Amino acid sequence: MATATAGLTSFMEVIHAESNRSAQLRPPYPEGYVLAFVRAQMRTYGQLARAGFRRQSSYRLAMVAGVVTNIVFGFIRAAILFAAVQSAGGTLAGYTRDTISTYVWLSQALIGAVNIGGSGSTELSDRIRNGDIAVDFTRPVDVQGSYLATDLGRAAFTLLPRGLPTVLVGALTVGLALPSRPWPYLLGLVSVVLAVSISFLCGYAVSILGFWLVETRGLRSLYMVTSSFLAGLFVPVGLFPGWLSTLAHATPFPSILQVPIDIISGHVVGTEAVKTVAVQCLWVVLTCLIGRALTRDGLRKLEVQGG
Amino acid sequence: MARAQPRAAGDWSTPYRAVIGSRIRAQRSYRASFALDLFGSLLIGLAEFAEVWVIFHNVRVLGGLDFNAILLLFGLSNLAFSMADLLVGHVDNLPTYVRMGTIDAFYLRPQPVLAQLVTSELSLRRLARIGVALVALSAGLTQNHIAWGPQVVAMLVLALVFGTAIFAGLFVCAASLQFFLINGSELTNSFTYGGSYAASQPASIFPTPLKMIFGYLVPVVFTAYLPTLVILRLPGPSGLPSWLAWLTPFAALWVWFVALRLWRWGTRHYQGGGG
Amino acid sequence: MTHQEPAIIELADLSREFTVHRKGAGRLRRDRSTLTAVDRLSFVIAPGESVGYIGANGAGKSTTIKMLTGILVPTSGSARTCGLEPVRQRRELARRIGVVFGQRSQLWWDLPLRESFSILAAIHRLDTARARSRTTDLVEQLEMGQALDTPVRQLSLGQRMRAEIAAALLHSPDLVILDEPTIGLDVLSKQRLREFLIHERTERGTTLLLTTHDMGDIERLCDRVLVVDHGRLAYDGSLPGLAATVGARRVLVVDLAAPAADLSDLPDSEHLGSEGSGMRQRLAFDAETTTAATLLAEVSKRCEVRDLSIEEPDIEDVVRRIYQSTR
Repeated sequence: MATATAGLTSFMEVIHAESNRSAQLRPPYPEGYVLAFVRAQMRTYGQLARAGFRRQSSYRLAMVAGVVTNIVFGFIRAAILFAAVQSAGGTLAGYTRDTISTYVWLSQALIGAVNIGGSGSTELSDRIRNGDIAVDFTRPVDVQGSYLATDLGRAAFTLLPRGLPTVLVGALTVGLALPSRPWPYLLGLVSVVLAVSISFLCGYAVSILGFWLVETRGLRSLYMVTSSFLAGLFVPVGLFPGWLSTLAHATPFPSILQVPIDIISGHVVGTEAVKTVAVQCLWVVLTCLIGRALTRDGLRKLEVQGG
Repeated sequence: MARAQPRAAGDWSTPYRAVIGSRIRAQRSYRASFALDLFGSLLIGLAEFAEVWVIFHNVRVLGGLDFNAILLLFGLSNLAFSMADLLVGHVDNLPTYVRMGTIDAFYLRPQPVLAQLVTSELSLRRLARIGVALVALSAGLTQNHIAWGPQVVAMLVLALVFGTAIFAGLFVCAASLQFFLINGSELTNSFTYGGSYAASQPASIFPTPLKMIFGYLVPVVFTAYLPTLVILRLPGPSGLPSWLAWLTPFAALWVWFVALRLWRWGTRHYQGGGG
Repeated sequence: MTHQEPAIIELADLSREFTVHRKGAGRLRRDRSTLTAVDRLSFVIAPGESVGYIGANGAGKSTTIKMLTGILVPTSGSARTCGLEPVRQRRELARRIGVVFGQRSQLWWDLPLRESFSILAAIHRLDTARARSRTTDLVEQLEMGQALDTPVRQLSLGQRMRAEIAAALLHSPDLVILDEPTIGLDVLSKQRLREFLIHERTERGTTLLLTTHDMGDIERLCDRVLVVDHGRLAYDGSLPGLAATVGARRVLVVDLAAPAADLSDLPDSEHLGSEGSGMRQRLAFDAETTTAATLLAEVSKRCEVRDLSIEEPDIEDVVRRIYQSTR
């Protein structure tokens, strides 16, 4: 059944190669060592990102399938929100028919790359469950960083092939409004990169809980539901009642979907836009730190238990 | 030495009852993760409802239905979907069975493979979503002004029984396609979960192509929207008159016809016959 | 055989081809090639026989079994099992045969073993009294009493294999097909399993088709051996005949007390190689012509032997030789 695919670069192979390479560094002086170390790290991350990128190419069919599903859901959601806007007399929480159409199609376009709810590969949690993760921690490459780099590579690969057709279909069928100036797209790109990172780091933290729980599947589906909802996947956060909106903004989830969409669509501009990006940066730092703290505790637990 | 076969004990249902009974017993032993699963599916049910609720926080009417009517719609569609999920949802394990080779165990037993697959499990954790759906349905039935009578009761029963059958058939279609696809669930989600999503919306909000697709191709409109119209004595949108609700059994028949064909095609592919 | 009974397995020019898609790195189109797993296989097995089916990995053994049991459809040719067409009459066939695939379990992992047995009894619609007596019988003979209340996933490999075989025999099939049943088992478990199979055959006259890499299994269980190589039948006959045809040789490996010259002129043996400047030497000999003891005596006459071991003919080697000799 499974087709053998040559050319699939394993994430672990890259780590292996790079860590062997770094181990061979023998600089003549301390400053050179630091430089060489940094260069090696960057080369590693670059390679990891490329590996994440290449791995996706073997899943071409799955990607086409994913686009189809995205588009189907796009049509349904568009229909719902159009009816809502119409029922509200043409504007709903600042959205018109066109802008809410943009919202729907951009969110459908981005969910693949942003990997909302960690619905993508379960490689990390699988490795934690069967103990292979211990090998990852013996490598001189930072685990969280390396998995993040791979994920960014993956996201880069899926962004255009999955995102563009979705937006195109939306534009050609029901119509949507996109800004004509370049600024929203540039800032939007930054925002998307940040969003992917936040999404990954949240998922990473959830997976790391696998050190304590034997079966994380229930937890992960819980996470998937809450995060998608609060990120504005079902309805824009702008439509939430006050208290729910406050709750949502106390979590990193709106920064995963709502923020990049608002920026790209031009719904939020100027200093407001920069502010939301700043909030994203904050969440990146926060989720990164939480992930690292959990990892430290988890490893300590492993040592104590003789994992 | 041709051995005479002794007369079989029990009846045709004996094998299936034995397997399902054992699965129920097995799930009872997974206490902790079962509780978490249950809670998880409860939350999913609530989140789906929350979406509807948030919209109605902003508007009073959607697609000609008010919040109480939507409750009924949501309750019917979700109950049918989660019942189907309970009974048949686990057929999505098929790709795993094929990959590990454990599907061959089905071929070595004297029952049809699809029947074995469908009865191989009973996903008790779906009970939570069934609970949420029941609550919504009861609310929908009590909050609306319904002229109760035999017609309404008949419609309810028809909708639930054949609505469940429709979703179950969609699951089998999705599973059959897994014989051909790798990671095929990405594609089949478009009509299983997509269908469920579309089923809990008033179809009057759909543009015509979507109405036709979810009305006649993947006929999920029959599971909740049309019955809701009949129960509440509301007219249907163009292309989907409300009296169609009485034809729900035919919608189920259509879905199962396709499902069984696809299954045939899939097993033939697996067994290597005809390409 | 004094009277003609319908064959329990009958293969006529059975063939199975697979199309293999391979995607080259960086290429858009996929290469397609045809792999012939089974190539015009023909043989007949009579009821009551005990047949060993051997061949290298990938030689087509599992594919043949899948075609015999109705899992796979032949590309051409025909197979009849218990007089039935395996694919078309699969369900009826399932009542008459018992199959054990060594690597894959047919039991329910998360439940106690005894439940697997009771479910299978229901699946085959055995009446309760018969099922109970048969289960007790099997459990006793396979010494599974202690394991009955253990969840299957917690059983040791040996216990699991015995459980699988008991499960396959529960409905007293006419034909039992075992695909690599002793793989990974320790010596004692293998022994017990073999004894059980022999007993079962003598009791009920069950036909046995056994796929294995273990020559010991073949020696103790089978009167007839079928060797398949690259999908073709390379040998069909008795085991002694096989060894004779192939001229299979055993290898005596001696560790000498001091380095010595190659012992290439010993009678009835061939010097295969030396290591450590002659301290370890490998000598092949034909089991028909001489014995290990005799050869050892010869070696001892020349040098002091510190240690020794004997290698049995490798099945792949045997098969390769057969294939070469029948070409």
